[in-house]
Amino acid sequence: MVQLTLPKNSQIKQGKVWEKPQGAKNLAEYKIYRYDPDTGENPRVDTFYVDRDDCGPMVLDGLIWIKNKVDSTLTFRRSCREGICGSCAMNIDGANTLACTKGMDDIKGTVKIYPLPHMPVVKDLVPDLTRFYAQHASIQPYLKTVTAKPEKEWRQSREDRAKLDGLYECILCACCSTSCPSYWWVGDRYLGPAVLLQAYRWLIDSRDEATGERLDDLEDPFRLYRCHTILNCAKTCPKGLNPAKAIAEIKKMMIERQL
Amino acid sequence: MPEMRTPLSKVRGLGSAKSGAKTWWRERVGAAALLPLTLFFIWLVLSLAGSDHAAAVATIGNPFVMVLLLLFILVSADHMKLGMQVIIEDYVHSEGQKVVWLVLNTFFSYGLAAAGVVAVLKIGFGM
Repeated sequence: MVQLTLPKNSQIKQGKVWEKPQGAKNLAEYKIYRYDPDTGENPRVDTFYVDRDDCGPMVLDGLIWIKNKVDSTLTFRRSCREGICGSCAMNIDGANTLACTKGMDDIKGTVKIYPLPHMPVVKDLVPDLTRFYAQHASIQPYLKTVTAKPEKEWRQSREDRAKLDGLYECILCACCSTSCPSYWWVGDRYLGPAVLLQAYRWLIDSRDEATGERLDDLEDPFRLYRCHTILNCAKTCPKGLNPAKAIAEIKKMMIERQL
Repeated sequence: MPEMRTPLSKVRGLGSAKSGAKTWWRERVGAAALLPLTLFFIWLVLSLAGSDHAAAVATIGNPFVMVLLLLFILVSADHMKLGMQVIIEDYVHSEGQKVVWLVLNTFFSYGLAAAGVVAVLKIGFGM
Protein backbone atom coordinates (compact mmCIF):
# COMPACT_ATOMS: atom_id res chain seq x y z
CA MET A 1 0.00 0.00 0.00
CA VAL A 2 0.88 3.62 -0.26
CA GLN A 3 2.88 4.84 2.75
CA LEU A 4 1.10 7.80 4.29
CA THR A 5 3.33 8.28 7.34
CA LEU A 6 7.07 8.87 7.38
CA PRO A 7 9.26 5.91 8.31
CA LYS A 8 11.02 6.31 11.70
CA ASN A 9 14.37 7.30 10.22
CA SER A 10 12.74 10.03 8.10
CA GLN A 11 10.79 11.73 10.87
CA ILE A 12 11.84 15.34 11.19
CA LYS A 13 13.32 16.46 14.51
CA GLN A 14 13.73 19.96 15.88
CA GLY A 15 17.14 21.24 14.84
CA LYS A 16 19.61 23.88 15.86
CA VAL A 17 18.74 27.55 16.28
CA TRP A 18 21.67 29.49 14.87
CA GLU A 19 22.77 32.81 16.36
CA LYS A 20 21.29 36.04 15.09
CA PRO A 21 23.74 38.22 13.18
CA GLN A 22 25.11 40.94 15.49
CA GLY A 23 23.85 44.45 14.98
CA ALA A 24 21.36 43.47 12.28
CA LYS A 25 18.15 45.49 12.34
CA ASN A 26 16.18 43.86 9.55
CA LEU A 27 16.00 40.08 10.09
CA ALA A 28 14.34 37.31 8.11
CA GLU A 29 13.78 34.00 9.90
CA TYR A 30 14.53 30.88 7.82
CA LYS A 31 13.53 27.39 8.88
CA ILE A 32 15.41 24.91 6.70
CA TYR A 33 15.24 21.13 6.37
CA ARG A 34 18.62 19.55 7.05
CA TYR A 35 19.65 15.99 6.38
CA ASP A 36 23.10 14.49 6.23
CA PRO A 37 23.23 10.83 5.19
CA ASP A 38 26.77 10.46 6.61
CA THR A 39 25.71 11.06 10.23
CA GLY A 40 22.93 8.47 10.26
CA GLU A 41 20.79 10.99 12.19
CA ASN A 42 17.19 11.86 11.44
CA PRO A 43 16.47 14.95 9.38
CA ARG A 44 15.96 18.14 11.37
CA VAL A 45 14.74 21.69 10.81
CA ASP A 46 17.31 24.39 11.64
CA THR A 47 16.46 28.02 12.29
CA PHE A 48 18.61 30.74 10.76
CA TYR A 49 18.42 34.53 10.85
CA VAL A 50 19.33 36.43 7.72
CA ASP A 51 20.45 40.07 7.79
CA ARG A 52 18.27 41.47 5.06
CA ASP A 53 20.24 44.70 4.83
CA ASP A 54 23.31 42.64 3.90
CA CYS A 55 21.58 40.37 1.39
CA GLY A 56 19.69 40.34 -1.93
CA PRO A 57 15.87 40.25 -2.06
CA MET A 58 15.26 36.65 -3.19
CA VAL A 59 14.94 33.50 -1.08
CA LEU A 60 18.03 32.15 -2.85
CA ASP A 61 19.99 35.25 -1.82
CA GLY A 62 19.14 34.37 1.79
CA LEU A 63 20.31 30.79 1.34
CA ILE A 64 23.60 31.94 -0.19
CA TRP A 65 24.00 34.46 2.64
CA ILE A 66 23.54 31.66 5.20
CA LYS A 67 26.02 29.42 3.40
CA ASN A 68 28.61 32.22 3.25
CA LYS A 69 28.13 33.71 6.69
CA VAL A 70 26.58 31.15 9.03
CA ASP A 71 26.85 27.50 8.04
CA SER A 72 28.94 26.54 5.03
CA THR A 73 27.68 22.95 5.17
CA LEU A 74 24.14 24.00 4.11
CA THR A 75 23.67 22.16 0.83
CA PHE A 76 21.49 23.23 -2.10
CA ARG A 77 21.68 23.45 -5.88
CA ARG A 78 21.79 26.78 -7.66
CA SER A 79 23.32 28.11 -10.81
CA CYS A 80 21.84 30.87 -12.97
CA ARG A 81 19.95 32.75 -10.20
CA GLU A 82 17.48 34.06 -12.78
CA GLY A 83 14.91 31.32 -13.29
CA ILE A 84 16.28 29.64 -16.38
CA CYS A 85 18.39 26.70 -15.16
CA GLY A 86 15.87 25.15 -12.77
CA SER A 87 18.55 24.09 -10.28
CA CYS A 88 17.20 25.81 -7.17
CA ALA A 89 13.73 24.21 -7.25
CA MET A 90 12.61 23.55 -3.68
CA ASN A 91 9.56 23.65 -1.47
CA ILE A 92 9.30 27.21 -0.14
CA ASP A 93 6.47 28.43 2.07
CA GLY A 94 4.51 25.26 1.29
CA ALA A 95 4.77 25.30 -2.50
CA ASN A 96 7.36 24.12 -4.98
CA THR A 97 9.10 26.97 -6.73
CA LEU A 98 12.48 28.40 -7.69
CA ALA A 99 14.36 30.02 -4.80
CA CYS A 100 15.88 32.53 -7.21
CA THR A 101 12.60 33.97 -8.46
CA LYS A 102 10.71 33.85 -5.14
CA GLY A 103 11.07 37.13 -3.27
CA MET A 104 11.42 37.13 0.50
CA ASP A 105 8.82 39.91 0.57
CA ASP A 106 6.27 37.52 -0.97
CA ILE A 107 6.39 35.40 2.18
CA LYS A 108 4.61 36.41 5.36
CA GLY A 109 6.59 35.50 8.48
CA THR A 110 9.10 32.66 8.57
CA VAL A 111 10.62 31.39 5.32
CA LYS A 112 10.17 27.60 5.51
CA ILE A 113 12.25 25.59 3.06
CA TYR A 114 12.15 21.87 2.35
CA PRO A 115 13.51 19.82 -0.56
CA LEU A 116 11.11 18.94 -3.41
CA PRO A 117 8.52 16.57 -1.90
CA HIS A 118 8.54 12.80 -2.10
CA MET A 119 11.97 12.39 -3.68
CA PRO A 120 14.94 10.65 -2.11
CA VAL A 121 17.09 13.31 -0.42
CA VAL A 122 20.80 13.36 -1.22
CA LYS A 123 21.60 16.04 1.36
CA ASP A 124 19.68 18.98 2.88
CA LEU A 125 17.77 20.62 0.00
CA VAL A 126 19.21 18.42 -2.77
CA PRO A 127 16.77 15.78 -4.06
CA ASP A 128 17.82 12.79 -6.16
CA LEU A 129 16.31 13.44 -9.61
CA THR A 130 17.87 10.43 -11.35
CA ARG A 131 14.54 8.80 -12.14
CA PHE A 132 13.03 12.09 -13.29
CA TYR A 133 15.84 12.57 -15.81
CA ALA A 134 15.56 8.95 -16.98
CA GLN A 135 11.84 9.49 -17.56
CA HIS A 136 12.65 12.54 -19.63
CA ALA A 137 15.16 10.53 -21.66
CA SER A 138 12.55 7.79 -22.16
CA ILE A 139 10.25 10.06 -24.20
CA GLN A 140 13.10 10.74 -26.66
CA PRO A 141 13.05 14.53 -26.38
CA TYR A 142 14.52 15.34 -29.77
CA LEU A 143 13.35 15.69 -33.36
CA LYS A 144 12.75 12.27 -34.95
CA THR A 145 12.56 12.10 -38.74
CA VAL A 146 12.68 9.53 -41.51
CA THR A 147 12.77 11.84 -44.53
CA ALA A 148 16.28 12.64 -45.76
CA LYS A 149 17.72 15.67 -44.01
CA PRO A 150 17.12 18.91 -45.89
CA GLU A 151 20.17 20.88 -47.02
CA LYS A 152 19.40 23.63 -44.56
CA GLU A 153 17.02 23.53 -41.60
CA TRP A 154 13.69 21.67 -41.21
CA ARG A 155 11.11 24.28 -42.10
CA GLN A 156 8.09 25.20 -40.02
CA SER A 157 5.30 27.70 -40.55
CA ARG A 158 4.85 30.55 -38.10
CA GLU A 159 1.52 29.04 -37.00
CA ASP A 160 3.10 25.67 -36.28
CA ARG A 161 5.96 27.31 -34.43
CA ALA A 162 3.43 29.16 -32.28
CA LYS A 163 2.08 25.80 -31.09
CA LEU A 164 5.32 25.28 -29.17
CA ASP A 165 4.78 28.41 -27.11
CA GLY A 166 3.96 27.57 -23.51
CA LEU A 167 5.84 24.29 -23.93
CA TYR A 168 9.39 25.06 -24.99
CA GLU A 169 9.84 27.36 -21.95
CA CYS A 170 9.84 24.36 -19.57
CA ILE A 171 13.18 24.24 -17.74
CA LEU A 172 12.70 20.78 -16.20
CA CYS A 173 12.99 22.05 -12.64
CA ALA A 174 10.66 19.23 -11.46
CA CYS A 175 8.48 21.58 -9.37
CA CYS A 176 5.33 20.29 -11.08
CA SER A 177 6.09 16.58 -11.04
CA THR A 178 7.05 16.60 -7.36
CA SER A 179 3.86 18.52 -6.49
CA CYS A 180 1.67 15.87 -8.11
CA PRO A 181 0.06 13.33 -5.73
CA SER A 182 -0.22 10.83 -8.58
CA TYR A 183 3.52 11.17 -9.12
CA TRP A 184 4.10 10.73 -5.37
CA TRP A 185 2.18 7.46 -5.26
CA VAL A 186 3.16 5.85 -8.58
CA GLY A 187 6.11 7.91 -9.77
CA ASP A 188 7.91 4.75 -10.80
CA ARG A 189 5.35 4.16 -13.57
CA TYR A 190 3.58 7.49 -14.11
CA LEU A 191 5.74 9.85 -16.16
CA GLY A 192 4.53 12.95 -14.32
CA PRO A 193 3.51 16.40 -15.58
CA ALA A 194 6.94 17.77 -16.56
CA VAL A 195 7.87 14.79 -18.73
CA LEU A 196 4.38 14.63 -20.29
CA LEU A 197 4.54 18.34 -21.14
CA GLN A 198 7.88 17.65 -22.80
CA ALA A 199 6.35 14.67 -24.60
CA TYR A 200 3.56 16.90 -25.91
CA ARG A 201 6.14 19.46 -27.04
CA TRP A 202 7.46 16.81 -29.48
CA LEU A 203 4.02 15.43 -30.34
CA ILE A 204 2.83 18.82 -31.51
CA ASP A 205 6.02 19.75 -33.37
CA SER A 206 5.08 19.87 -37.07
CA ARG A 207 8.62 18.84 -38.09
CA ASP A 208 8.55 15.57 -36.15
CA GLU A 209 7.70 12.39 -38.06
CA ALA A 210 7.30 10.01 -35.13
CA THR A 211 4.01 11.29 -33.69
CA GLY A 212 2.28 7.90 -33.95
CA GLU A 213 5.09 5.96 -32.31
CA ARG A 214 5.31 8.60 -29.60
CA LEU A 215 1.57 8.18 -28.89
CA ASP A 216 1.99 4.38 -28.90
CA ASP A 217 4.68 4.65 -26.25
CA LEU A 218 2.55 6.93 -24.09
CA GLU A 219 -0.72 5.00 -24.28
CA ASP A 220 -0.52 3.22 -20.99
CA PRO A 221 -2.76 3.17 -17.90
CA PHE A 222 0.22 4.30 -15.80
CA ARG A 223 2.54 6.36 -18.01
CA LEU A 224 -0.19 8.78 -19.10
CA TYR A 225 -3.52 7.95 -17.52
CA ARG A 226 -2.41 8.35 -13.89
CA CYS A 227 -3.07 12.06 -14.45
CA HIS A 228 -6.32 12.72 -12.60
CA THR A 229 -6.34 16.47 -13.40
CA ILE A 230 -5.49 17.45 -9.84
CA LEU A 231 -3.85 20.58 -11.35
CA ASN A 232 -1.16 21.10 -8.69
CA CYS A 233 1.26 21.16 -11.62
CA ALA A 234 -0.31 24.19 -13.26
CA LYS A 235 -0.64 25.96 -9.92
CA THR A 236 2.96 25.52 -8.87
CA CYS A 237 4.88 25.96 -12.15
CA PRO A 238 7.34 28.82 -11.53
CA LYS A 239 7.37 29.57 -15.27
CA GLY A 240 3.59 29.94 -15.44
CA LEU A 241 3.15 26.97 -17.78
CA ASN A 242 0.23 24.54 -17.78
CA PRO A 243 1.35 20.89 -17.86
CA ALA A 244 -2.21 19.72 -17.12
CA LYS A 245 -3.40 21.27 -20.37
CA ALA A 246 -0.58 19.58 -22.29
CA ILE A 247 -1.59 16.23 -20.77
CA ALA A 248 -5.24 16.86 -21.70
CA GLU A 249 -4.11 17.56 -25.27
CA ILE A 250 -2.24 14.22 -25.36
CA LYS A 251 -5.39 12.45 -24.15
CA LYS A 252 -7.34 14.21 -26.90
CA MET A 253 -4.83 13.03 -29.52
CA MET A 254 -5.24 9.45 -28.23
CA ILE A 255 -9.00 9.67 -28.88
CA GLU A 256 -8.61 11.58 -32.13
CA ARG A 257 -6.73 8.71 -33.75
CA GLN A 258 -9.45 6.24 -32.74
CA LEU A 259 -12.64 8.07 -33.61
CA MET B 1 23.92 -4.68 -3.05
CA PRO B 2 24.53 -1.75 -5.38
CA GLU B 3 21.89 -1.07 -8.03
CA MET B 4 23.14 -2.38 -11.36
CA ARG B 5 20.14 -1.69 -13.59
CA THR B 6 20.30 1.64 -15.35
CA PRO B 7 17.64 4.24 -14.49
CA LEU B 8 16.42 4.20 -18.11
CA SER B 9 15.99 0.42 -18.04
CA LYS B 10 13.86 0.72 -14.90
CA VAL B 11 11.78 3.57 -16.33
CA ARG B 12 11.15 1.77 -19.63
CA GLY B 13 10.21 -1.34 -17.66
CA LEU B 14 7.96 -3.68 -19.60
CA GLY B 15 7.11 -1.03 -22.17
CA SER B 16 3.82 0.63 -22.89
CA ALA B 17 0.61 -1.38 -22.38
CA LYS B 18 -0.76 0.31 -25.55
CA SER B 19 -4.13 0.58 -23.87
CA GLY B 20 -5.93 3.02 -21.65
CA ALA B 21 -7.40 5.41 -24.19
CA LYS B 22 -10.59 3.36 -24.53
CA THR B 23 -10.99 3.06 -20.76
CA TRP B 24 -10.49 6.81 -20.41
CA TRP B 25 -13.15 7.43 -23.08
CA ARG B 26 -15.52 4.96 -21.40
CA GLU B 27 -15.15 6.85 -18.11
CA ARG B 28 -16.10 10.12 -19.84
CA VAL B 29 -19.01 8.77 -21.86
CA GLY B 30 -20.32 6.93 -18.79
CA ALA B 31 -20.11 10.11 -16.73
CA ALA B 32 -21.98 12.08 -19.40
CA ALA B 33 -24.70 9.41 -19.61
CA LEU B 34 -25.05 9.30 -15.83
CA LEU B 35 -25.92 12.98 -15.58
CA PRO B 36 -29.44 12.60 -17.05
CA LEU B 37 -29.81 9.01 -15.83
CA THR B 38 -29.12 9.98 -12.21
CA LEU B 39 -31.54 12.91 -12.44
CA PHE B 40 -34.12 10.50 -13.83
CA PHE B 41 -33.48 8.05 -10.98
CA ILE B 42 -33.86 10.75 -8.33
CA TRP B 43 -37.10 11.91 -9.97
CA LEU B 44 -38.36 8.30 -10.04
CA VAL B 45 -37.61 7.69 -6.36
CA LEU B 46 -39.27 10.97 -5.37
CA SER B 47 -42.31 10.32 -7.52
CA LEU B 48 -42.75 6.84 -6.05
CA ALA B 49 -42.36 8.03 -2.46
CA GLY B 50 -45.56 7.34 -0.53
CA SER B 51 -47.24 5.40 -3.32
CA ASP B 52 -48.39 1.82 -2.71
CA HIS B 53 -46.87 -1.41 -4.01
CA ALA B 54 -49.19 -1.78 -7.00
CA ALA B 55 -48.46 1.75 -8.23
CA ALA B 56 -44.70 1.18 -7.92
CA VAL B 57 -44.90 -2.08 -9.86
CA ALA B 58 -46.99 -0.40 -12.56
CA THR B 59 -44.51 2.49 -12.91
CA ILE B 60 -41.46 0.22 -13.12
CA GLY B 61 -43.38 -1.95 -15.60
CA ASN B 62 -43.59 0.99 -18.01
CA PRO B 63 -41.11 0.11 -20.81
CA PHE B 64 -39.56 3.62 -20.87
CA VAL B 65 -39.02 3.64 -17.13
CA MET B 66 -37.65 0.10 -17.21
CA VAL B 67 -35.13 0.86 -19.97
CA LEU B 68 -33.89 4.00 -18.21
CA LEU B 69 -33.71 2.16 -14.88
CA LEU B 70 -31.70 -0.69 -16.43
CA LEU B 71 -29.38 1.78 -18.15
CA PHE B 72 -28.89 3.61 -14.87
CA ILE B 73 -27.92 0.36 -13.14
CA LEU B 74 -25.58 -0.87 -15.89
CA VAL B 75 -23.82 2.44 -16.53
CA SER B 76 -23.49 3.14 -12.79
CA ALA B 77 -21.97 -0.27 -12.16
CA ASP B 78 -19.50 0.15 -15.02
CA HIS B 79 -18.58 3.67 -13.88
CA MET B 80 -18.19 2.47 -10.31
CA LYS B 81 -15.95 -0.39 -11.43
CA LEU B 82 -13.69 1.92 -13.45
CA GLY B 83 -13.50 4.45 -10.61
CA MET B 84 -12.61 1.83 -8.04
CA GLN B 85 -10.06 0.34 -10.41
CA VAL B 86 -8.26 3.68 -10.62
CA ILE B 87 -8.17 3.95 -6.83
CA ILE B 88 -6.77 0.42 -6.50
CA GLU B 89 -4.13 1.07 -9.16
CA ASP B 90 -3.17 4.34 -7.44
CA TYR B 91 -2.82 3.07 -3.91
CA VAL B 92 -2.22 -0.69 -3.88
CA HIS B 93 1.36 -1.28 -4.97
CA SER B 94 1.99 -4.94 -4.18
CA GLU B 95 1.33 -6.70 -7.49
CA GLY B 96 -0.32 -9.76 -5.89
CA GLN B 97 -2.66 -7.74 -3.70
CA LYS B 98 -3.49 -5.46 -6.60
CA VAL B 99 -4.58 -8.35 -8.83
CA VAL B 100 -6.77 -9.76 -6.04
CA TRP B 101 -8.47 -6.40 -5.42
CA LEU B 102 -8.97 -5.77 -9.15
CA VAL B 103 -10.64 -9.16 -9.61
CA LEU B 104 -12.81 -8.67 -6.51
CA ASN B 105 -13.80 -5.24 -7.83
CA THR B 106 -14.90 -6.78 -11.13
CA PHE B 107 -16.88 -9.55 -9.38
CA PHE B 108 -18.55 -7.08 -7.03
CA SER B 109 -19.49 -4.55 -9.74
CA TYR B 110 -20.85 -7.11 -12.20
CA GLY B 111 -22.58 -9.01 -9.36
CA LEU B 112 -24.28 -5.84 -8.19
CA ALA B 113 -25.32 -4.94 -11.74
CA ALA B 114 -26.74 -8.44 -12.34
CA ALA B 115 -28.69 -8.33 -9.07
CA GLY B 116 -30.10 -4.90 -9.94
CA VAL B 117 -31.11 -5.97 -13.43
CA VAL B 118 -32.83 -9.12 -12.18
CA ALA B 119 -34.68 -7.12 -9.52
CA VAL B 120 -35.97 -4.57 -12.04
CA LEU B 121 -37.00 -7.27 -14.51
CA LYS B 122 -38.78 -9.28 -11.81
CA ILE B 123 -40.68 -6.24 -10.58
CA GLY B 124 -41.35 -4.92 -14.07
CA PHE B 125 -42.67 -8.20 -15.46
CA GLY B 126 -44.45 -9.04 -12.20
CA MET B 127 -42.69 -12.39 -11.78
